[in-house]
Amino acid sequence: MPNSLTIHRLIERLNSGDVTSRQATEACLNRIQSIDRELNAFIGFDSEEALTQADVADKTRANGGEGALLGVPIAIKDAIAVKDHPLNCASKILGDFVSPYDATVIRKLRNAGAIVFGRVNMDEFAMGSSTENSSHGPSRNPWNIKHIPGGSSGGSAVAVAADECVASLGSDTGGSIRQPAALCGCVGLKPTYGRVSRYGLVAFASSLDQIGPLTKDVRDSATMLQVIAGVDDRDSTSVSEAVPDYSSNLTGDVKGLRIGLPREYQVDGLDSEVKDSVNSAVECLAERGAEIIEISLPHTEYAIATYYIIATAEASANLARFEGVRYGARVNGSDPQEMNSKTRGIGFGEEVKRRIILGTYVLSSGYYDAYYLRAQKVRTLIREDYLKAFEEVDLIASPTTPTPAFKIGEKVDDPLQMYLSDIFTISCNLAGLCGISIPCGFSKHGLPIGLQLQGRPFGEPDLLRCAHTYEQATDWRNKKPKLD
Amino acid sequence: MNVDLSRVVRLARIELTSEEEHRISPQLAAVLRYVEKLKELNVEGVEPTAHAVPLENVLREDELRVSLTQEEALSNAPKTVNGLFVVPKIVE
Amino acid sequence: MEYEAVIGLETHVQLKTHTKMWCGCANEYGSEPNTNVCPVCLGLPGALPVPNAEALRKTALTGFLLNCDVPSYAKWDRKNYFYPDNPKNYQLTQLDFPSTVSGCVEFEFGGGVGKVRVNRAHLEEDVGKSFHFSDFSGVDFNRAGVPLLEIVTEPDISSPDMAYEYLNALKSILEYGGVSDCDMEKGQVRCDVNISVRQKGDTELGEKVEIKNMNSFSGVRRAARYEISRQMEVIESGGELVQETRRWDDDAGITDGMRTKEDAHDYRYFPDPDLMPHRPSEEWLAAVREEVVELPLARKRRFMTSFQLPESGAEVLVADARLGDYFEEVSGEGKNPKLVANWVINNLRAKLVETGISIADLKFSSTAIPELVGLVEEGQISSSIAQEIFADMFETGKDPKVIVEEKGLSQMSDSGDLEAFCRDAIEANPGPVDDFRKGKETALNFLKGQVMKASRGKANPQVVGDLLVKILNG
Repeated sequence: MPNSLTIHRLIERLNSGDVTSRQATEACLNRIQSIDRELNAFIGFDSEEALTQADVADKTRANGGEGALLGVPIAIKDAIAVKDHPLNCASKILGDFVSPYDATVIRKLRNAGAIVFGRVNMDEFAMGSSTENSSHGPSRNPWNIKHIPGGSSGGSAVAVAADECVASLGSDTGGSIRQPAALCGCVGLKPTYGRVSRYGLVAFASSLDQIGPLTKDVRDSATMLQVIAGVDDRDSTSVSEAVPDYSSNLTGDVKGLRIGLPREYQVDGLDSEVKDSVNSAVECLAERGAEIIEISLPHTEYAIATYYIIATAEASANLARFEGVRYGARVNGSDPQEMNSKTRGIGFGEEVKRRIILGTYVLSSGYYDAYYLRAQKVRTLIREDYLKAFEEVDLIASPTTPTPAFKIGEKVDDPLQMYLSDIFTISCNLAGLCGISIPCGFSKHGLPIGLQLQGRPFGEPDLLRCAHTYEQATDWRNKKPKLD
Repeated sequence: MNVDLSRVVRLARIELTSEEEHRISPQLAAVLRYVEKLKELNVEGVEPTAHAVPLENVLREDELRVSLTQEEALSNAPKTVNGLFVVPKIVE
Repeated sequence: MEYEAVIGLETHVQLKTHTKMWCGCANEYGSEPNTNVCPVCLGLPGALPVPNAEALRKTALTGFLLNCDVPSYAKWDRKNYFYPDNPKNYQLTQLDFPSTVSGCVEFEFGGGVGKVRVNRAHLEEDVGKSFHFSDFSGVDFNRAGVPLLEIVTEPDISSPDMAYEYLNALKSILEYGGVSDCDMEKGQVRCDVNISVRQKGDTELGEKVEIKNMNSFSGVRRAARYEISRQMEVIESGGELVQETRRWDDDAGITDGMRTKEDAHDYRYFPDPDLMPHRPSEEWLAAVREEVVELPLARKRRFMTSFQLPESGAEVLVADARLGDYFEEVSGEGKNPKLVANWVINNLRAKLVETGISIADLKFSSTAIPELVGLVEEGQISSSIAQEIFADMFETGKDPKVIVEEKGLSQMSDSGDLEAFCRDAIEANPGPVDDFRKGKETALNFLKGQVMKASRGKANPQVVGDLLVKILNG
């Protein structure tokens, strides 16, 4: 079925006329129809509009038109603005908000001919690692529906892994693309900070957020990045660095590539199956000529604390705009203050409230220096650790997560434990690096395990080349969850 | 770790139920205890990082762009009158 | 006991740009509500700010005009507070690294020069405008995101009159520099006043009272007067002053305390992660420096010394900068700038007002007024003819000499030509002639007037007078 194809296979078949975009889109919609009741990856979609887009793409192709994603159905995390479509961030507070504008990435997808369809589930305002914090209810892991799919871009990962779409967009603030990709067995790329415009991505933590693709293989990841990358005059933090040709760089050759293994990543709580799978993956790369070097990232143990101060502080301001004045589900009050407080008290879920409160606290008078300013300084130390390491190595390899997907409900009452599971993914955002998660095995219970590679800022070519080499040397990408 | 939750929720404009308050208070305290970790480090002389990528002078020329129409601007508003966003009476 | 007032002002001024600070919406007053808005200035989810280069240039220019330093590093911070007119519920501003610092404003005051130090002029964004109805309020966000310069003085102001004069001086500097129109009616200038009183000679400041959101300079003066006497009364009566924010009630002529929550002022500033710092380069600063203009006070002094203009005339030319520029342009080569100034101030200004034409649209050339002045000086035309010529050249753009030629307006000084007019006048007016002969000197003026009339103003009055006397006595 076309919905299970990768982008590049689907494009081949669309070009050869074996399949139409309408058929591919219908296949995705049918797949959603048949399995999404169980998985809950989609918050909403407009079948008719999707098919109209598909027909336009088919016509364009028939007339000799081209596009890197012409006719390819892509699902979008519910944190990215799509004109004339609802935008909820899996929160009650946005009510029946409909975006009057397209995010820059959406504009770029459309220019490349993509079928922008369906809003996928997430942790509310991207705050979470399990997609359990959603006003739309939790998404489920397609490999075992009793387990979480990871988060916050859980819906994006589920939709790709379960073939409900061909590829999707997620956003990554502390691992929110890589972690669900690892737990669902697909490829998740967090580009370098500034590589992809954030305009139209509802901000969680502005200095950490980055949009990226979730795909079925590494080549698709390169294709998607090619389309969405580049400087944007609507985002002051986007970088004008030239966008290289990512796909042509997928040579399958890692000879001489230096891969670092951080000593500090041997943490308590690292699952032995995860550890073994990642070790085998590293060996596989070594066999193909990569040089494996032990490195040190001495401030790793401070990353989570640093992250939760900076991310919540930024979030406390970013989410202040949701107060019921200009949009969203207002709860009435006798004065604006009461209206704001009730609207936010009822509209936000508990994790979001927890983080806003924490962020407000660390910025408040008397605590700023002790928490926020100190965290910003430790962030410098963490960043310097990486820049130093990247003098010795080209990439850093590690597990994406310490364990495979845990059970739904297992950690909801212990936010701190939930936060600690982000240990391997968080520093990448603090330091503004690029990172990718690719499948590297399964637990004995059949749950996917992810290998994470991190690269220096704008080091996506090396990152993708290495990930692609490993992927092609193994067969993990061809395993599909049994859902029917 | 004692957090004056009522002061913080007032600043954050979030009305909590007393159940939520009871649940969140110790969770917050646990997280704050955890982040105390940062105090182990000597950060004297370390510059704070506010941006992950060092950029500067990112500016826009003073050129007009199309605005939303009033209808579009107000389309998501909970309440409007005569082109204005309506809120409960502001008392200064 | 003798007291003294210590006053500091925070003046918010809207910058004159085409677009807002962070987005391409028009910076325009008076549009239909919520029409100059977009996702950015409405604070819609996902929208991001990008700074307006022109606003930064105008800020640096203001810095130079206010004798400030323009540091090599400036950054943006979020000031967090909830208010319905504040779309993001944080305001973007510059906390610890503003675009300009440490300047001063000098102005004429109390017969000398007043000087107020400027702590900083930092750039921020304006908020929306609230309208209050009987049981609800409404918000228009057209103003939200308009670039706003906050000019903060040191507490150097010692009286309400000095505050008033400082504000007027500041306004004319900003208008002169072209950084703001400072239109009070449009709310382009708003002021927060910080006032404390202390015993004369004390070095420590008293408890500071802030009066927020004043929108007229005379209001600032009245409020300051009231507040100083209120504070003195409190001290005199043994009461204690508290640091607070008060509001000026212009109708009642009093200030009253505002209901403020205890921690309303915990703004939780932190560096904005969406905006990158500004590091003005030498080239950038040099380009801004080129736009620096002479300040009003300096110009006035120069007009008085270089052109020997009276103070009143210099003031008119300084108050209307474009008229002043025009005067400088046309008087450049002229021999008698004082007379040129009179024409510019009296005739030209009146004509511009009367017709609504702007200086840029004047039809006559920049040499026309000096030429006209020269014709009068040389006695070629009378000043009343000059008025007529001026009206003509204003209308048609012709040179004065051309008009004189075409209309034959050149003054008649030749006694042969004039004698006929004089004899006619004497013949036609026996009464006045009789009076003159009886010794009534003023009768001569009447006869002179008749000759002037008959010559359609072209006669040289001096020559006519002499000729009439000669004939009558002859």
